[in-house]
Amino acid sequence: MAVSSRKHAAMVFLISLLAALVTAIVCPFIGGSGMDYAKLWRHESPDWAIFINLRVPRTLLALLTGAALASSGAMFQALLRDALATPSNLGVTAAASLGAVIVIAFFSAGDVAFPLIWTAAIAGAGVVVLMVSILARTRRFSPLTLLLTGIAINAICSAVILLLASMAGITRGFQITHWLMGDIDAIKYPTLAVLAILVIPGCLWILSQARILNVISYGETWAAGRGVDCRKKTWHGFLVGTLLVGTTTAITGPIAFVGLIVPHLIRGIVGPDYRLLLPASVFGGGAFLIICDTVARTVLAPVEIPVGVITALMGGPFFVWLLWKR
Amino acid sequence: MSLLALSGLGYTYGDSQFAVSDVSSCLDSAGIIALIGPNGAGKSTLLDLIAGLKAPNRGTCQVNGDDTASLTREQLARLVAHVPQQLPQEVPFTVEDVIMTGRLPHSAGLFESTDDEAALERAIAKARLESFRRRPFVSLSGGEKQRVLLAAAMCQEATILLLDEPSAHLDPENQVLLWDMIIDLKRAGHLILVATHHLSLAAQHSDRIWLMNHGRLVADSEACAALQLKEMEEVFRVPFHWHKSDEGRLYLNYGR
Repeated sequence: MAVSSRKHAAMVFLISLLAALVTAIVCPFIGGSGMDYAKLWRHESPDWAIFINLRVPRTLLALLTGAALASSGAMFQALLRDALATPSNLGVTAAASLGAVIVIAFFSAGDVAFPLIWTAAIAGAGVVVLMVSILARTRRFSPLTLLLTGIAINAICSAVILLLASMAGITRGFQITHWLMGDIDAIKYPTLAVLAILVIPGCLWILSQARILNVISYGETWAAGRGVDCRKKTWHGFLVGTLLVGTTTAITGPIAFVGLIVPHLIRGIVGPDYRLLLPASVFGGGAFLIICDTVARTVLAPVEIPVGVITALMGGPFFVWLLWKR
Repeated sequence: MSLLALSGLGYTYGDSQFAVSDVSSCLDSAGIIALIGPNGAGKSTLLDLIAGLKAPNRGTCQVNGDDTASLTREQLARLVAHVPQQLPQEVPFTVEDVIMTGRLPHSAGLFESTDDEAALERAIAKARLESFRRRPFVSLSGGEKQRVLLAAAMCQEATILLLDEPSAHLDPENQVLLWDMIIDLKRAGHLILVATHHLSLAAQHSDRIWLMNHGRLVADSEACAALQLKEMEEVFRVPFHWHKSDEGRLYLNYGR
């Protein structure tokens, strides 16, 4: 979009916003247990209570989480100039999970509140992002090294998590296992508000960097020659990415591949310009996770599948396909 | 006040010897400066230092009287446009997109302004890229790509342009086309530093030649014909001689 057609950008923005809104409005009405819509209309429980206390917050959580993961994924791909770079492939999600699991394993159930898990998840994600950024500055850096490092980090984190889970006793071990499945659960509105306060400004910041991310994707030499302080921008990007991934992981557990699948599918539709790709990823990521969660709630009803299982089942083959395509 | 003033400029990669050592020179007006020297002489590193892509270990570089170390990257990019040898092949953008990146130092917004659009049109016209403008950059030939990169530097509207081996791997027609663009830029008032191995073209079109070896500026000749062939032979380790055409043009030839 050199000759930047603002109308085109506005159209992509509105269409993706509309897609997210339609998904967010329609999906709460779909569920495994039948819903009496007349009762719902009259605000009568239990249907109204299920709708307003379970399905709506769950949909909003999926919207915010999907938006955060997809926009972070697209940003990481631009900053590292690697189409396969996502928070989960780099090991950021696994490290955030490790942070959270340490808290679940070592603190009593009463202490395990969102702020504590959140801090631990952010710390875990931060350590890995720091490692990745140091690696990215070395001469031996290549997309392959980065991916292999991600595999190693994922393996190390998984091993420590398994160790903690096996030592934590039956109750906490089960709690850890369930949390690791990555689930969109009904959460309280105040927690949702905290999530929104962190995720919305983060996504807006990523959107504001779209033109610079376009130039960074040309390579560091070209970007620096066009006046971009790549080091500073990369640090800022990693910081915001850590905040978004750490925050969402603290609430939902690890949900892999959203940051890979959504930007890639959208890139195929709107092209490589981040001014189109990022807003479409934010709303598309939200819509994608809402749909995945709806499938998770309904496909084997009354049994609910964790949404992380659905995204992993889709994302794994997608990742292999992308690798083969390279 | 000099347009470009280098004073004792030095740079080292890690603990190894200086890649650029004690380079000093002053350039006061528009013109074409050819940086010549064997591989590893320090030409690209010197251009990187002037563009602010690397921070010098020693000495200073001033543009319009301002030390480049005191300028932000954006401010420096408005004064100096650096064009590397090539872009990564994977860049998925169109020719227009690549050229428009040159406007980033001028407008910080998410979208380009009407001034940016006008600068794009001027650059496309000057580089004669009208028929390519909507094509994917990756689909172009080497010569066309170089013209696009130069057009991006034109779009940047910086006074100083630094071109790192722009005519490497180009066929004769594209080399001549590229040098024609460089000459047009000089006429438009730009100072252009070109690192090149095409010594004959450099000798024909440059106003000044900087001969580099082992990171040092070993000759700074105002007229290329005044180049000391002995110095050239010492640096390049091949014999050089001037050849005069029937029209009186001087050509620099080399070979045993």
